[in-house]
Amino acid sequence: MRSRGAAVALTAAVTAFVWGLLRAESQSAIAALLALAVAAGFVLLKTRWLDPLAGAALANERFAQGLAVASVAALALVLRDDDFALLLVTRVLIVIVACLGLNVQFGYAGVVNFAGASFFGVGGYTAAVLARATGLPHVLILLAGGVTAALTGTVLLLPILRTRGHYAALITIAFALLFRTFLEVNDALGGPQGLKLGEMRIGPIRFNDPVGIGPFEGSFYLKYVAVALILLALAFALVLRLERSWIGLALDAVRIDEIAAASFGLDVARWKIAAFTIGNFVIGVAGALSAFMIGFIAPNNYTFAESLIFVSVLLLGGIGNPWGLSLAAAIVILVPEKLQVIQEYRFLMFATLVVLVLLFRPVGLLPRPLRRLVERSP
Amino acid sequence: MSVDVVAQYVMNGAMLGMMYALVAVGFTLFFGVLDIIQFSHGDVVTVGAFAGLAAWTLLTASGVTSAGVLLLAVTGAAAAVTALLGVGVARFIVLPVKSAPQLNVLLVTLMGGTVLRECLRLFYPGGSQPKLFPALLPTSGWTFGRFFLRFDNVILLVSGALLIAGTHLLITRTRLGLAIRAVAQDEETARTMGIDFRRVVLVTFALGSALAAFAGVMDGLYYNEVFFGMGLLLGVIGFAAAILGGLGNMYGAIVGGFLFAALQTVGAVALPFASAYKDVFAFAVVIVLMAIRPTGLIGERASERV
Repeated sequence: MRSRGAAVALTAAVTAFVWGLLRAESQSAIAALLALAVAAGFVLLKTRWLDPLAGAALANERFAQGLAVASVAALALVLRDDDFALLLVTRVLIVIVACLGLNVQFGYAGVVNFAGASFFGVGGYTAAVLARATGLPHVLILLAGGVTAALTGTVLLLPILRTRGHYAALITIAFALLFRTFLEVNDALGGPQGLKLGEMRIGPIRFNDPVGIGPFEGSFYLKYVAVALILLALAFALVLRLERSWIGLALDAVRIDEIAAASFGLDVARWKIAAFTIGNFVIGVAGALSAFMIGFIAPNNYTFAESLIFVSVLLLGGIGNPWGLSLAAAIVILVPEKLQVIQEYRFLMFATLVVLVLLFRPVGLLPRPLRRLVERSP
Repeated sequence: MSVDVVAQYVMNGAMLGMMYALVAVGFTLFFGVLDIIQFSHGDVVTVGAFAGLAAWTLLTASGVTSAGVLLLAVTGAAAAVTALLGVGVARFIVLPVKSAPQLNVLLVTLMGGTVLRECLRLFYPGGSQPKLFPALLPTSGWTFGRFFLRFDNVILLVSGALLIAGTHLLITRTRLGLAIRAVAQDEETARTMGIDFRRVVLVTFALGSALAAFAGVMDGLYYNEVFFGMGLLLGVIGFAAAILGGLGNMYGAIVGGFLFAALQTVGAVALPFASAYKDVFAFAVVIVLMAIRPTGLIGERASERV
């Protein structure tokens, strides 16, 4: 019980901090807040004060997840008429969803994918084309974004299955560069100017109207926060269940040692296909929602550099740990948006950071905990 | 199609092939000594081109007009800067993670390449836009019918071929080359024979990176333009060429480079949508060839790397 109280207090503190960061206007205030966060993070990392709490969170996962959802919801309600802050919150949520997909590929099955932004883009372009050309319900269009991304991924399956490590990486890099160039020279998809999307609607809800329920009023972005949060909850549940199940065990075995896995009767190719396809599906759905929210997509949103940002999120957070990548996604999205001095330098900064992390702390901020196959006795 | 048009395409293909081969030889050398892929090699090419451009800008600003001096300075600066950079990459990025999982080496060099690319984009004056590269070689030439063979192209091709031949001689005929081959064959045995492993690795990285610089300068002189992202295409195709030729095999890398150039040139001629999709086609060829022959056309020969 004591640890629950501590967890609530910590979550409240973190939520308040994010609120402060999102509301802060002056650059010096933002810099001060970030410096505070770095100092606090460093102290916590060194003193290991949080370790018992993290253990408790792992033991009471439902509670921890509920707390996280409540914290995002509270944040959204407090920020209800700040359009930009809500946009950022939604972006973080969507990037977390995409990185969860990438995590299934990279973190569990060990299938490298340096074309994350491309599959995100496949989802986005599918949403744009379908929303313009057909009258499909938009929930189905979100799913279609995922399905198209997964199908596009099948093109790469053969070369990825036949190669390993570096070679597979080369294939996805070539695909990322190909996809971006293709979008730019293709007239049917709007070329460099990109495509516009209409308003998103789910049932009677029109997403571009402000929220007004009785006396409560708020920005239309609240609806996007809600949809993104639902999507995130679904993706999180999927990924965690996948990891806990025998599928997760099989994926881990395939990643750690292909030959050993095969000699235990695991069909390595099948698990790689499964992980790659599931991952791309999740990334594609996230891309479709992102396209609806921004209302406009262009090749410049889906560059190789963006793919590398996704990979950075994974590595900084601690590869294979959904909580770690959520934290890293928040840092990678929010910090450059708020601290405008570094906005232009963000690719440079995060690439340098990843190099340093790989050299000095290869496990990332929050390393993936060891799999527990038996319940610990209380 | 008339003969002169074909000749023009062959010339374009040969230039491309030489650039790819120079980059691919670097990949294959690094793989030989360390069994790793240096993913930032493509961006080292770009750094070489920009170093050459910087040398030209500085010298012309200080009043040097002699084309010969400028040319020497441009190639010299490019080679020196990238050789140093190669040593730095090997010393501070690659060697520390040598015994880490393969994935980490891949990621660290890939992100290192991003750092180089972004540094050029952000810190080179006007680096975010394509930059004009000066024409330093004579642009006159011989006329055969309607085909115009330019001197500068011939000079670039010949000097590229000489460089590769020189590298080959260095590796097969000198003590240093013997050390490189020994390390490539078996690191531990080479160490017990008294070969300074670190030094050999650093020298190999300097050598491969200097070759990349020449590819970069060649690219600049040929297209009269350099761009911070140009190394991505050269790096991906150079790496694919090295794989196709069998990693660790120098002849294979050269053959692979020219093969890619040939495919690209033929593709540009044969496909109706031609030039707009030329890069899309090049990347598609990389993906398809990797699917068909994942270990290369010639195959890795474990017994004779480099």
